[in-house]
Amino acid sequence: MTRQSLGNRLYRGEVSVPIVQNARRWYLVSAILLAIAFGGLIGRGLQLGVEFSGGAELTAPVEQVADSTVGDVRGAVIATGIGEAADPRVTVVGDDSVRVQTGSLTPDETTAVRDAVAEAVDVAPEEITAQVIGPSWGDQITRQALLGLGMFLLAVVVFLSIAYEWKMAAAALVALFHDVVFTVGIYALVGFDVTPATVIGFLTILGYSLYDTVVIFDKVRENTKGITAQNQLTYAEAANLGVNQTLMRSINTSIIALLPIGSILFVGAGLLGAGTLKDLALALFIGVAVGTYSSVFIATPLLVDLKNREPTIAGLTRRVEARRASAKAPQGDATAEPAAVGGAPPRRPSPQRGSPVESGDRRQPQRQTRSQRRGNGGRPAR
Amino acid sequence: MASANAPRPWRPLGVLALLLVGLYGTIALLGDWTPRLGLDLRGGTSITLSAKTPDGGTPSDESMVQAVDIIRARVNGSGVAEAEITTQGSTNIVVQVPDVGEDELVQLVGQTAELRFRPVRAVIEGGAPAPAATEATTPTPGATSTPTPTATPAAAVSPSAAGRAVTEGLAAQTTPTPSPSASPSPAPTPVQPPASEGAPTPEEQAQLDAFDCANLQTGSLDDPDASLITCDEGGTSRFLLGPADVVGTDVNSASAGIPQGEVQWVVNLDFTDEGADKFLESTTNLAGQTFPLNAFAIVLDGRVVSFPTVDEPIPGGSARISGSFTQPEAQALATVLNYGALPLTFEPSDVSTVTPTLGASQLEAGLLAGVIGLGLVLLYSLIYYRGLGLVVFASLVVAGLLTYAAIVLLGEAIGFTLTIAGIAGIIVAIGITADSFVVFFERVRDEIREGRSVRMAVETGWKRARRTVLASDAVSLFAAFFLYVFSVANVRGFAFTLGLTTIVDLIVVFLFTKPMLSVLARSRFFGAGHAWSGLDPVRLGAPGRTGLGRRAGAPAAKEASP
Repeated sequence: MTRQSLGNRLYRGEVSVPIVQNARRWYLVSAILLAIAFGGLIGRGLQLGVEFSGGAELTAPVEQVADSTVGDVRGAVIATGIGEAADPRVTVVGDDSVRVQTGSLTPDETTAVRDAVAEAVDVAPEEITAQVIGPSWGDQITRQALLGLGMFLLAVVVFLSIAYEWKMAAAALVALFHDVVFTVGIYALVGFDVTPATVIGFLTILGYSLYDTVVIFDKVRENTKGITAQNQLTYAEAANLGVNQTLMRSINTSIIALLPIGSILFVGAGLLGAGTLKDLALALFIGVAVGTYSSVFIATPLLVDLKNREPTIAGLTRRVEARRASAKAPQGDATAEPAAVGGAPPRRPSPQRGSPVESGDRRQPQRQTRSQRRGNGGRPAR
Repeated sequence: MASANAPRPWRPLGVLALLLVGLYGTIALLGDWTPRLGLDLRGGTSITLSAKTPDGGTPSDESMVQAVDIIRARVNGSGVAEAEITTQGSTNIVVQVPDVGEDELVQLVGQTAELRFRPVRAVIEGGAPAPAATEATTPTPGATSTPTPTATPAAAVSPSAAGRAVTEGLAAQTTPTPSPSASPSPAPTPVQPPASEGAPTPEEQAQLDAFDCANLQTGSLDDPDASLITCDEGGTSRFLLGPADVVGTDVNSASAGIPQGEVQWVVNLDFTDEGADKFLESTTNLAGQTFPLNAFAIVLDGRVVSFPTVDEPIPGGSARISGSFTQPEAQALATVLNYGALPLTFEPSDVSTVTPTLGASQLEAGLLAGVIGLGLVLLYSLIYYRGLGLVVFASLVVAGLLTYAAIVLLGEAIGFTLTIAGIAGIIVAIGITADSFVVFFERVRDEIREGRSVRMAVETGWKRARRTVLASDAVSLFAAFFLYVFSVANVRGFAFTLGLTTIVDLIVVFLFTKPMLSVLARSRFFGAGHAWSGLDPVRLGAPGRTGLGRRAGAPAAKEASP
């Protein structure tokens, strides 16, 4: 077959990325990454935004940022004589605004600081954006977010356990945990500000990571339906086929998801300098990329590990290996019709459907799966 | 099989067309074509108040409802226009006003609302001076629109509290304080110090006559030790009230009910020990006088909620307020009294001001990001899926139309406002929506690789993809639902649009993308698997197609039908 795209060859099993077979490699990679992430979290900690730490943040537009701007504004704020504003953090944002961060202020103090900043940069006080956060607000939104998170995870575990099986739910959750720790770790290491928008981003990663895993598990389940009734294919191989068959989807979906997020990031960071859009998009961008990786490289191998502990699956693996050991001639396997699940004969011998290249024990199980499905009467295995 | 199982794609497409016509017809009828924008997009001040009980506990739902009413009255009284007051979670009240620099407003809404019992000194029906006001000076007993209930000793009198000595609280009442009465009218005039009880002095009467309930401000101006000119909740009567005899924390509890053997709803009041003494003293002073001097007003946050008359001194720490209460009225009064017993404190948790300039630039940036993101998704779809990319385009347009209509209508119906986080949710949803198409198209292409005809592949591919789409969208909906229910502030706006767009995604995939593909599969371009259709069996490597004939239909269809 000429001019075959990668997607076609992945689907047909002609090209198979040994994802499940190399599980240990991915585990190792992820373990190292997670160790770094944990190290960053513990060593550096998260740079919490004003919404979590409590305090005031005022942003004023500036016509032309001069070298003296920061000093002028800082001096003006200190001159108010307010205790909480005695050591303000003044930074230039983008090229047309200046940001002042202080401790928590009362309404009167806010007015005073606002007026001082307005005078320093020569704009009307109404032009200044301000946010004053009480000291316990961060605790409250964190608690609420964690509560929502807990309930969501519980619901997802129940849902996946009913719709699929608990082992899939467990594997999906580990992948999810992986994504969040990794993303949060990057935040700690790079020192990005964590704002409520970032938290929204983290929460969305949870949803996306699970969503992505569900799509792959759906295919794995289809491939492994009734798998113990034959002895051509181990669970690991069928699962690996599923990942490979959905690999193009995973790539396409993550690209399609990353494109709009990337455009928010670009517009948010490039045009606005900072703010909700940028914070959110940054968390999402990292999270979606990691989420796609973990669905493919962590969730599925984990699922296989869990399934291999089942006696029936372990028995299947032994049967398949025994059969392969006895059948020394590889082409015997390629030409013989595999046993069909459900007893129905395969509908169509099709030499065109390619003779998979058999090399060692990396089987190309695609034909078997198709045959199983056809054995079910050509209907989707529902 | 192909003919027997023939899909009827026009039916779902018709349903979708009806849905769109219905949505946009409704919008046209309502006449407002723009979504309601959040403060971060149009500028304004947002004050999030966290409510706490005096001991730092979580307030009850009833108290929160009461607190929202109180804050609404305060904000409206302050003259700020277009304020929106909502609750978030179980303890937060969010006040949003379109103006910036409202530091005074923060102070005003952040105060604790107090409940006080004040003796009534004069009542005038009507919320404002009559145009030719000479008659209005005469108090009109009993004719007010507010029911005038009576407070009587409760059936269960607790004897232990009876006959106690005069407490300090009453000393304040019997010894008039020299502080002038703080009148909440725009131009407050001091009331003569000694006359804080009994019939009004001429000056006080003049002030009361001139008072307009429209100018009533509540909150800070309610000094318990001074006389007060105020109005009832509806602004239909004006009152001159004496200094507070009993305060909210003197109330132990209150409940509404129908006493045994009676038919009318009453409110039962139970005082603390100290409150019982104060209340006995107060009722002793009131009993025997003529209306309105025999009435006391129950004042919450500076507004008269009820003013029962007293016929006899009420000892024992329990009282019953009876009158022609309906059940809701009695329950509302009991709620007010209970609220007063445990007044909530409000801590300003998040005070944000966004200037309209910044809001507009955020909106602009959000829209720009959306357009760029959409464009990139389209470009990628066209490159990868060729002809099918156009289906992606059309589907996203339909999804956009549905989402926009939903946001506009939800703004009208439930006051949904679009925030930056919400816009981000929508942009993220472009990816999730497009993924449904990706899953579907990949399945269809898998089926073509299997050797099925394009028409068959669309149907069987759909059956497989449908399940995946439903399962994965269910996870998205779970996420949106739990985030919405349990989170506060910005997260909610995001969760809402995420949930909304997930539902829109389902509608679009089921009612548009799938039927559209079924229709297109009948066309020559897609059905025969043109090289640019994205469904070309040759490019997809279907069996038996080694680059020559592209007559996809016949053999594949034959072998696929059992």
